[in-house]
Amino acid sequence: MEIGLGNLFTIIISVVFVNNFVLARFLGLCPFLGVTQKTESAMGMGMAVTFVMTLASAVTWFIYNYLLLPGEHNLFGVLFPTIKETGMIDVLKTISYILVIATLVQLVETVMRKTSPALYEGLGIYLPLITTNCAVLGVALLGTTNAPARLSLLEASVQGFAAGIGFLIAMLLMSGIRERLAVLNVPRSFQGVPIAFISTALMALAFMGFSGMVSW
Amino acid sequence: MANERGLIVSTSPHIRGPEDIPRVMWTVAGTLVPAGLVGVYVFGYYCLFVILLCVASAVATEALCQRLRGQPITVNDGSAVITGILLAYVLPPSVPWYIPVVGAAFAIAIVKHTFGGLGNNIWNPALAARAFLQVAYPASINSDWRSLKEAGILYNITGVDAVTRATPLFKEAGMETYSYANLLFGNVPGCVGETSVIALLLGGLYLIYRGYVDWRVPVSYIGTVFVLAMVLPAKIEAPWANDPVYHILAGGLMLGAFFMATDMVTSPLTKKGLLIFGIGCGVLTTLIRFYAAYPEGVCYSILLMNTATPLIDRYTQPKLLGAGKAKK
Repeated sequence: MEIGLGNLFTIIISVVFVNNFVLARFLGLCPFLGVTQKTESAMGMGMAVTFVMTLASAVTWFIYNYLLLPGEHNLFGVLFPTIKETGMIDVLKTISYILVIATLVQLVETVMRKTSPALYEGLGIYLPLITTNCAVLGVALLGTTNAPARLSLLEASVQGFAAGIGFLIAMLLMSGIRERLAVLNVPRSFQGVPIAFISTALMALAFMGFSGMVSW
Repeated sequence: MANERGLIVSTSPHIRGPEDIPRVMWTVAGTLVPAGLVGVYVFGYYCLFVILLCVASAVATEALCQRLRGQPITVNDGSAVITGILLAYVLPPSVPWYIPVVGAAFAIAIVKHTFGGLGNNIWNPALAARAFLQVAYPASINSDWRSLKEAGILYNITGVDAVTRATPLFKEAGMETYSYANLLFGNVPGCVGETSVIALLLGGLYLIYRGYVDWRVPVSYIGTVFVLAMVLPAKIEAPWANDPVYHILAGGLMLGAFFMATDMVTSPLTKKGLLIFGIGCGVLTTLIRFYAAYPEGVCYSILLMNTATPLIDRYTQPKLLGAGKAKK
């Protein structure tokens, strides 16, 4: 299949801005609200998620296309010809993808604990929780659907990477806003998470300006 | 307020300047009047009603919020009035009466007072309200206004046939553009107070002369749009697509560049930051005009740069003398 550069560019713009995972699809809100008090931890979290998303997209692409997808070249398709009718593919997808993501998160955790213990401490519970970050599972699932078009390995990986970058940008913007929120005269009943949610909503309103920029 | 925050007072001499919040705010409100007058002249008296509704709703909401928060009520300082006027200026001249009321209440209550009131908001209240209304009432904000005009709701005092389209920045091919003279005067379709370039320039330049507005934002904003409109390949087929003069005269660019992007609260503090802010607004405006679904990008581009303002401030802090390069 011909892979056009324009196609990749469309994917990147779409996933980073138009369909930003946090601000347009509202996925991955727990780390978005949980670790954006400080820019440093937001940066670390964003990079970790980007890494996991990129690799997860690539690995799950192989799993989907060479194991799960019914067909003569696929393991499950050959072993169980009726697997498509049973609806087991969707179940296996979720289970196997979470397994891949958990392994990758474990890798990130091990490396981060060794290289930057401060960041490891700062992220705390949110680091292992990347496993259950719906944005990561979301990008893996999106990369292996057949709609609107079946993605190639490169396209799926680029989509994963771009989704991570979009997440990183949203995290950085949010952390800047929250560092400012800390010194604002916010009414007491709105302090903390409520004002963070209102900020997220207004950010999402601003990001609506990108809508229609690319059709993906 | 100063005492509550524990601000440190420097040594003498202390000179008390004549500038205070009411003075600045009422001056800005005054400079907005000419554009509104042109709007009323071109689109009809209903515009005046829209402006008054916005201002009344904004002031009432401000008073209510301050009362609920147990603060002194300071609606006389004019900041709520400006939010009301600015919101009215970015609404279509034919909006049903409840849209200005809801929009102004949203602007003051949600965008301004949940963040702490005057001086604390992160987004420009009027623009955030406009974006909110675009989502909440898309039909009223985007509709074709010809039907309303035929129904007799909208009429022109002058008989000028301006109100036939939502904006001069239409994206379809084969429609005629408006002459530069009409764009300058404001005899074109558009929102209540955004059409007249001359009236907005008058107000904006006076604000720069008085020092209330930094020249960097409007100059870098309009300059960026001018250059990008010339060089970027346009995806739209409208005849004005690569006409840079048309780009800066049409739509809400003048209003946005002089009165909204320059909002002291929501724009960066440093001079370098202001330049980055203006250029960012210009890039986003042109990109949205050329490639996105909405006809006008001024509102969203300023909101997006408002979002980035805390980060811009953070990375453009001037270095302390002798502080040297930060260790990596």
